[in-house]
Amino acid sequence: MFELLGIPPQALFGQLLLGLINGSFYAILSLGLAIIFGLLNIINFTHGAQYMMGAFVAWMLLNYAGIGYWWALLIAPLIVGATGIVIDRLFLARLRDLDHLYGLLLTFGLALIIQGLFRNQYGVSGLPYSIPPELAGGRNLGFMFLPNYRGWVVAASLAVCLATWFVIEKTRLGAYLRAATENPTLVQAFGINVPRLITLTYGFGVGLAALAGVLAAPIYSVNPNMGADLIIVVFAVVVIGGMGSILGSIVTGFGLGLIEGLTKVFYPEAAATVIFVVMVLVLLIKPAGLFGRAA
Amino acid sequence: MKTGRMLLATALVALFAGGAEAQVSVKLGVLNDRSGVYADLSGEGSVIAARMAAEDFKAEEKGIKVEIVSADHQNKPDIGSNIARQWYDQDGVDVILDVPTSSVALAVNQITREKNKIFINSGAAASDLTGKQCSPNTIHWTYDTWALANGTGSAMVKAGGDSWFFLTADYAFGHALERDTIAVVEKSGGKVLGTVRHPFPGSDFSSFLLQAQSSGAKVIGLANAGGDTINSIKQAAEFGITQAGQNLAGLLVFITDVHALGLQTAQGLVLTESFYWDLNDDTRAFAKRFAERNGGKMPTMVHAGVYAGTLHYLKAVEALKDKDPAKVMAKMKEMPTDDPLFGKGQVRADGRKVHDMYLFEVKKPEESKGPWDYYKLIATIPAAEAFRPLEEGECPLVKG
Repeated sequence: MFELLGIPPQALFGQLLLGLINGSFYAILSLGLAIIFGLLNIINFTHGAQYMMGAFVAWMLLNYAGIGYWWALLIAPLIVGATGIVIDRLFLARLRDLDHLYGLLLTFGLALIIQGLFRNQYGVSGLPYSIPPELAGGRNLGFMFLPNYRGWVVAASLAVCLATWFVIEKTRLGAYLRAATENPTLVQAFGINVPRLITLTYGFGVGLAALAGVLAAPIYSVNPNMGADLIIVVFAVVVIGGMGSILGSIVTGFGLGLIEGLTKVFYPEAAATVIFVVMVLVLLIKPAGLFGRAA
Repeated sequence: MKTGRMLLATALVALFAGGAEAQVSVKLGVLNDRSGVYADLSGEGSVIAARMAAEDFKAEEKGIKVEIVSADHQNKPDIGSNIARQWYDQDGVDVILDVPTSSVALAVNQITREKNKIFINSGAAASDLTGKQCSPNTIHWTYDTWALANGTGSAMVKAGGDSWFFLTADYAFGHALERDTIAVVEKSGGKVLGTVRHPFPGSDFSSFLLQAQSSGAKVIGLANAGGDTINSIKQAAEFGITQAGQNLAGLLVFITDVHALGLQTAQGLVLTESFYWDLNDDTRAFAKRFAERNGGKMPTMVHAGVYAGTLHYLKAVEALKDKDPAKVMAKMKEMPTDDPLFGKGQVRADGRKVHDMYLFEVKKPEESKGPWDYYKLIATIPAAEAFRPLEEGECPLVKG
């Protein structure tokens, strides 16, 4: 069958693995979006810009402060997460009781402003950022040459996704969070500072985007538009997985990476559209998304 | 009585003004990508270049009033077309300059012809602009896909790269570049093992690179540009493709791309350009002045083309004391071109501007003396050989 289509099985394995790698980025980004939507009811269109900021902060840390990749992995999400907290305090907190649309418009506008500022300062061609020496090189898996760095990306993103899922679904903190979205007044009555909890959650979601940005810096060009292209795809992922579903966004992120990977082999011209085709199909059959609960 | 005196005075003024210099005012519109993947290689830099040309020409002293406007076509043919129509119909623009992104350039080419204005293209690559779709109102200044294919393609085949696999951006430009390069490769005795067309713009090319790798081709031809080329080259290094012996041919690489890649990744890349800031004293002097205005960034060949094209246009207007498009186009084709950036050349009947092209190799990090010192000159392709011969372009304007 595979040979019939002109693709030997080992090449197919290679492509699937690559799909999984791209899926890791989709997963981390859509996870952040899902958390923010699930707990804040905000459709965070700044997510792509925050992913880009993560990559840029990593670059700045290296070039202005001499801080390398491993520390950037920790520091960049903290810095960008902190800017997220500021955004939440200044703007989003005022929109809590309004329709989704207001949050969407506000975050979309913010994304355009942030991208514009970076474009003005750094141009669009992008900045070089090297793979850390510890992860340079790669290994031959027999069916393909896997750069160590890509392997690390898959492992790191899986670990982050699972840890996040665990915290939200299985711990006391996560229970507070989920309760605070169901009934904030009641939770507040138990002596929990709900507004702070929500602000920190937004900061965390934004931090996840920045983490994806740092992970992406060595393999994609670090440029102001890097998030704008990705964010639309990631939104499709979230819609397919079911808005606000944590597990759904993780599984769909990886799954769609695989589907996209296969499309790149069999019909490359459609690689950019296949995710949206899936989205249309899912919306027709199961409007709440694959893992979503019908409202 | 009073009216008579007024008339006399007006006549006198007119006579006086006519004796000094007839004033011609021209409006130039720089239409390009100001925010997307091609914004660094064209963008505001092209506006700066057009302005510098008007200043260096001392247009004002020669009785030509130059006004320069600019707009962002966002690499979308519909947006570019709307701006071009509005400029020509309502805003009184006489000439559209630059226009990278071949799909947009081909649209503006049509509109300019309909409206009988002038289009001096610097940024776009598709050789169709002076081939099947050539127009009496268009000049294609800086480079084209045929010239790139001819430079880089034949150099790679000569160096032993006789089997090719193409990674092609899936729109007019990529298709043209792929087509022209395949022709060169096959003519030089090489063969093409396969092609894959990737969405434009893309970010992950690993899948396509892997397909290129398993094809076993000696050369992977990158028929894309800007951010797509940067990511392709970066990821080819990551996947060990270049280390394993396959060569990359960046069919359209700008100096801004090399700057973004860094020499560590870009070293050894062979590429064709029509301009490099460090070619001679004239280009260095221009580049220095340009960089001062452009935040320290050196000019690309697209910027140089906008400068030289504007200069040539102004010379034609000066000679005619008139801006009638048909007359100006005839003058621009009749007068040999001569400017500090491209040297002497000419505009052919099909609208193709011909000049020397250069084959460069990107320096190793240890060979570079500082920022923007990136290229080694390998060969100069003389003007007569650098572009597609007039009779082979199938341009209806060329009778033969």
